[in-house]
Amino acid sequence: MKRLIMALVLLLSGCRPGEEVLAGACAGQIGTGVTATSVKVGGIYPLSGPASAYAAVAQGVRAYFAHVNDSGGVAGRRIEFLVRDDAYQPARAVEEARRLVLHDRVFALFQTLGTPSTAAVREYAHAHRVPQVFVATGATRWGTDATRPWTIGFQPSYVAEARVYAHFLAQTRPEARVAVLYQNDDFGHDLLDGFRRAIDGTSVRIVATRSYEVTDPSVQGQVANLAASGADVLLDVSTPKFAAQALAVDAAMPGWNPLHILNGVAAAPSMLKAVGHARVQGVVTAGFQKDPGAPESADDPAVGTYLAAVRRYVPEADPAGQQVVYGWTAAQAFVKVLEGMRCPSREALRAAMRDLRKVELDMLLPGITVSTGPGDAFPIESLQMARFEGSRWVPVGGVVDTRAEFGPVRADPDQGG
Amino acid sequence: MNAVAAGHRRLPVGHEAGDRRPDWPWRRTSLALVASAAVVLPFTLPPYRLFQLTLVLVYTVALLGLDLVVGRSGRLSLGHGAFFGVGAYTSAVLIAQFGVPYPLTMPAAALATFGLGWAAGRPALRLRGLYLAMVTFAVAVVLPPLLKRLAGLTGGAMGLTVPAPEGLLGLDDDQWVYFLVLMVTAAAFAGMRGLAGSRPGRALTALREHPAAAETLGIRAATHMTAAFAWSAMYAGVAGALYTWTAGFVSPDSFTLALSITLLAGVVIGGLGTLAGPVLGAFAVLAVPAVAQEFDPAAPGIVSGLLLLLIVYVAPAGLAGLLRRTLWGLLRRRA
Amino acid sequence: MFFQQLAEGLGAGAGYAALALALVLAYRFTGIVNFAQGELALLATYVAWQLVDSGLPYWAALPVTVAVAFTAGMLTERVLIRRVESAPGPISPVVATIGLYVLVNALAALVWSSALRAFPSPFPDAPAGLAALAAAGLAGLVLGALALVVRHTGLGLVMRAVAADPRTARLSGIRVGQVAALGWGAASAVGALSGVLLAPSLFLEPAMMTGVLVYAFAAAVLGGFDSAPGAVAGGLIVGVTETLCGTYLAFVGADLKIAVPLVLIVAVLLLRPRGLFGTAPVERA
Repeated sequence: MKRLIMALVLLLSGCRPGEEVLAGACAGQIGTGVTATSVKVGGIYPLSGPASAYAAVAQGVRAYFAHVNDSGGVAGRRIEFLVRDDAYQPARAVEEARRLVLHDRVFALFQTLGTPSTAAVREYAHAHRVPQVFVATGATRWGTDATRPWTIGFQPSYVAEARVYAHFLAQTRPEARVAVLYQNDDFGHDLLDGFRRAIDGTSVRIVATRSYEVTDPSVQGQVANLAASGADVLLDVSTPKFAAQALAVDAAMPGWNPLHILNGVAAAPSMLKAVGHARVQGVVTAGFQKDPGAPESADDPAVGTYLAAVRRYVPEADPAGQQVVYGWTAAQAFVKVLEGMRCPSREALRAAMRDLRKVELDMLLPGITVSTGPGDAFPIESLQMARFEGSRWVPVGGVVDTRAEFGPVRADPDQGG
Repeated sequence: MNAVAAGHRRLPVGHEAGDRRPDWPWRRTSLALVASAAVVLPFTLPPYRLFQLTLVLVYTVALLGLDLVVGRSGRLSLGHGAFFGVGAYTSAVLIAQFGVPYPLTMPAAALATFGLGWAAGRPALRLRGLYLAMVTFAVAVVLPPLLKRLAGLTGGAMGLTVPAPEGLLGLDDDQWVYFLVLMVTAAAFAGMRGLAGSRPGRALTALREHPAAAETLGIRAATHMTAAFAWSAMYAGVAGALYTWTAGFVSPDSFTLALSITLLAGVVIGGLGTLAGPVLGAFAVLAVPAVAQEFDPAAPGIVSGLLLLLIVYVAPAGLAGLLRRTLWGLLRRRA
Repeated sequence: MFFQQLAEGLGAGAGYAALALALVLAYRFTGIVNFAQGELALLATYVAWQLVDSGLPYWAALPVTVAVAFTAGMLTERVLIRRVESAPGPISPVVATIGLYVLVNALAALVWSSALRAFPSPFPDAPAGLAALAAAGLAGLVLGALALVVRHTGLGLVMRAVAADPRTARLSGIRVGQVAALGWGAASAVGALSGVLLAPSLFLEPAMMTGVLVYAFAAAVLGGFDSAPGAVAGGLIVGVTETLCGTYLAFVGADLKIAVPLVLIVAVLLLRPRGLFGTAPVERA
């Protein structure tokens, strides 16, 4: 009964339960989840289910936050990081976001993983004015949709990635005839549409496209179809399992030897090892992070710090894993944002995440920095092409700044927001 | 449907007909308890728990419908996840693309899924055996890629976000949606209860228990089965619309064959052919993975799988039957 | 290029056909749709992988795997299925197999992790199309052997008797339970073959058979669900439409290719309600 009365009182006072309104210089702003000694943030990842391989991102994040906490925290505040599982289901993601915001009373959502879950949580974050920082998906709309300012992406968008491939082809194979294999979801469509627009005005042509569903058993049929098109480039926009199948079919076909462009989502070293290094020589991809196992990383102090921290705080993680590096990098960027806040409030966090000037991070490739500002909601927009040689990725050419080359990414006119 | 039964003398059912299975005691008391709990809970639960509770009610409506096919008609449907999805999308598209007020989208979803259920059931139910399972399987597999294909309407693979219904009468949004869903659930229960004792309901039971004998008595199998299936699909569709209001987001990959299988598991875990079964089943399929998750990421699959096997072997009447049995065991010992 | 695509389709189709046949066998002997069939095959494939990984040659690992799968299938029938066969309605045993499906899948992920694993091909050096055809040939050989056993041996006669009418078979003194277990063993062995055939091109991971099960189910349905030759034909049809319709039926497209066999199913149901190869049961009160 007491709680009932309390609930009614809160309703009448027009205040949502649990929000802490600041006074003084930051009057009126919301400071839920922050104290002088701590800041509480929550992340939602697919710890179980079909996409559970991406749970490694959370390990990298945990490693970096533990590392920061052990060296005194951010401005004296320890970061408390809560990890929740959505099993890659949007409805569960919303449920967990509610739980984090209303029950655990987090300051901000740091990362949701995957476009469907992020899109679902985004509306909730917007309605409750909770920052949703550096979401782990490359969909373009996090950057183009100005109506949802509480959400921001991190990694290069799929359109940026597509632009790098278009740039690479225009320079190395200007007459390329491209066949595209793509996953029939937002990821595949985003990258394919971005590629289409990026090759506009060049003599690179798309001659065939084939999609697959994530529920399909294999993509062999699609690749056989694409081979029939006689293209000399295969743009492979798939997730690791299907990429492995496509690479194997491509290698087994004597009559068709296209340049295989493997999108960044699939370019995991463990997958290439399963396919067999002999079968994937010469495959190209684009990346933006350092490879902790590469020889040039051996005496990089930043990589040393990373390896030591991962071994110490998350011994179960694979330090060479891309996902772990990614989590670490995003977490470091988040700490930079926390450091840039003018007030300990959600509004200040939002302002800080949209005002980053060429921030350098330990595990980004040299020449790639994080920048946001008015009219630029894409933190990373530069990529580096790499070719698979021997047993690892070898950089090809220099870093390509897609904003400088192609201009700012605009919303696709065909898909509102 | 009840109008059909009106002119006929009612046959004895239940206790009068010699059914001596122990009945649930204190019917009124427990109903009153459940009802008052349902009204008080939204004001005492933390909001995210309330959201989970709302989802349990949504699934309950879908399971009530599925039970009509599986429990009361003894047929296998693999398509209820798809009907759920069609209902959810009907509501979401009408709200997000055409600006239809959300209360109107529920009858639309009901109508669409009733029609779809009729169309799918009509050819399949003329025959016994696995045919219904086959046709519904086809519907379940084709729906997600079809939703992606119709991108102009459905938002394609990206899905659609739908603004949550705004709270009225001084209620929070969450509480308002909860009460809406609660009302629909209550109506769904009332409908199903009415059916159980009615002539079509008894015809279904007869068809399940002894189809040849039932047809000899002049019960038209295809007609009754098709009607039951269409109603059942409609329940799933209504649940889908409620899901859209609750979750505020639909995407094609939420309504795959896996959802149909989850619903099938829920209806068996809860207990076939009972009214309490769907609630218990909905609770089980939503809560068990969430709780198991706390222990180990691999645990939900193992626990859910074991639970299903355990139910089938130890308590074939489901949680509802188990509850009834333990309670009676206790009472008898005391007496 | 047409030949290449046809070969790919037949190769994949042979895999679907084998699993479809496994589904049909289990259904014929016990009247149960075994949703766990794909996961049992997955388990067998992991066993094969483990054997090859520990140094056993491929052609030695294959018979061991099939034997293990056969035993596992028989055990499943004896331990799990027989106890629910008599349950009221057809639903409980089916749900038991769904439980088994979920359980086995989670266990496989727990034991072998979700990492992608390369599985050796029986013909490692053949080009894509030929390897697919050879795999299809291998499947055909095994299925042919099975057909010979069923058609021309005493055991086969007993099995057919049980499949046709368990009650009458029991009255004639056949131990129906044992034959049903044998049927599930055979189903599981054929399923294992499907897993082993598909794994080199699909790559082994816990979700490998999930998509295959859907296609195999479509194949079995296309064949009427109670006909072994129908399942095989259905598998090949599904495999070939899958590869060809992307090219030759442009308006269908790759995204809706699974719809082609399914629309076919519904059409067949309307025109020929017993499936392409199904038989009409005689109902006795």
